Amino acid sequence: MKKDNFIIANKKFSSRLIVGTGKYKNMKECAKAIEISGAEMVTVAVRRVNISDKSKPRLMDYIDPKKITYLPNTAGCFTSKEALRTLRLAREIGGWKLVKLEVLGDKKNLFPDMIETLKSTEILTKEGFKVMVYCGDDPLMAKRLENSGASAIMPLAAPIGSGLGIQNKLNIKIIRQQTKLSLIIDAGIGQASDATEAMELGCDGVLINTAIAKAKYPYQMAEAMKYAVISGRKSYLSGRIKPNLLGSASTTNKGLI
Amino acid sequence: MNKKNKIKIIVNGKQMTIKLKFSLKNLVDKLKLPIGRVAIELNRQIVNKKNISRVLLKTGDKIEVVHFIGGG
Repeated sequence: MKKDNFIIANKKFSSRLIVGTGKYKNMKECAKAIEISGAEMVTVAVRRVNISDKSKPRLMDYIDPKKITYLPNTAGCFTSKEALRTLRLAREIGGWKLVKLEVLGDKKNLFPDMIETLKSTEILTKEGFKVMVYCGDDPLMAKRLENSGASAIMPLAAPIGSGLGIQNKLNIKIIRQQTKLSLIIDAGIGQASDATEAMELGCDGVLINTAIAKAKYPYQMAEAMKYAVISGRKSYLSGRIKPNLLGSASTTNKGLI
Repeated sequence: MNKKNKIKIIVNGKQMTIKLKFSLKNLVDKLKLPIGRVAIELNRQIVNKKNISRVLLKTGDKIEVVHFIGGG
């Protein structure tokens, strides 16, 4: 079997699971969960340095950006202006060009503002960023993002942190059919079978944060997600049988006594 | 202390008093900031970290120092 690498912005990954680094009890737990999950890419946020209390643990002391690819995000941004400012700062921290754009439109459901998202994608792409874009599951918007130069399309399965699983399989299938770009389910995964389902729909990867960080046993869930993604991908590539309404016996009748 | 030799700036939303002719590099050193792990904005403009010793701070300057934290 030929090697099934996951390529984003010309970078090769062997794991198709991307993990978010928020909501963990502490940095130690976060780092261990990432290690167990096998993820090679993690999302990180840009925030003010606490200048009065420097004893606080720092992300880079726990997760080495030389070993794990940091994907700076724009969590908490509600306008294109805020998102651009955040990612330009992220790039300045140390040359990060591969980024996750997320421009929210509503504080309650955390759905993306696609007008602001589209605008930001165009500008960032022109500035040389490789933009992975959090978006709704509308195939038309996904197409427009692709035309704007996005490096990956990352539709939500359900609202961020909801754990509801894939709500609109049809749209994800349509987006899969229409694009050769990397397609990653970004939000709403709750359990391992949701991740498998995303991969079986043909997605290239899954991004998970809350489902691991807030599970009763985050390390076990990190491991479950690792295998769920591998399993779903293998299932997708294996050419499933055609669903059939009627039964088809697994054992021959020949020689039946 | 002579107040004439002091200026007030805002760093990450907090007021700070520094000496006259204090450079951004002096501030980074004073705050013991890990320069390779942060980005700095001066009055909404990103500062190239190579140039911080050449940037002299003025009264009312607003500085933002950011880094990466955990996030989804």
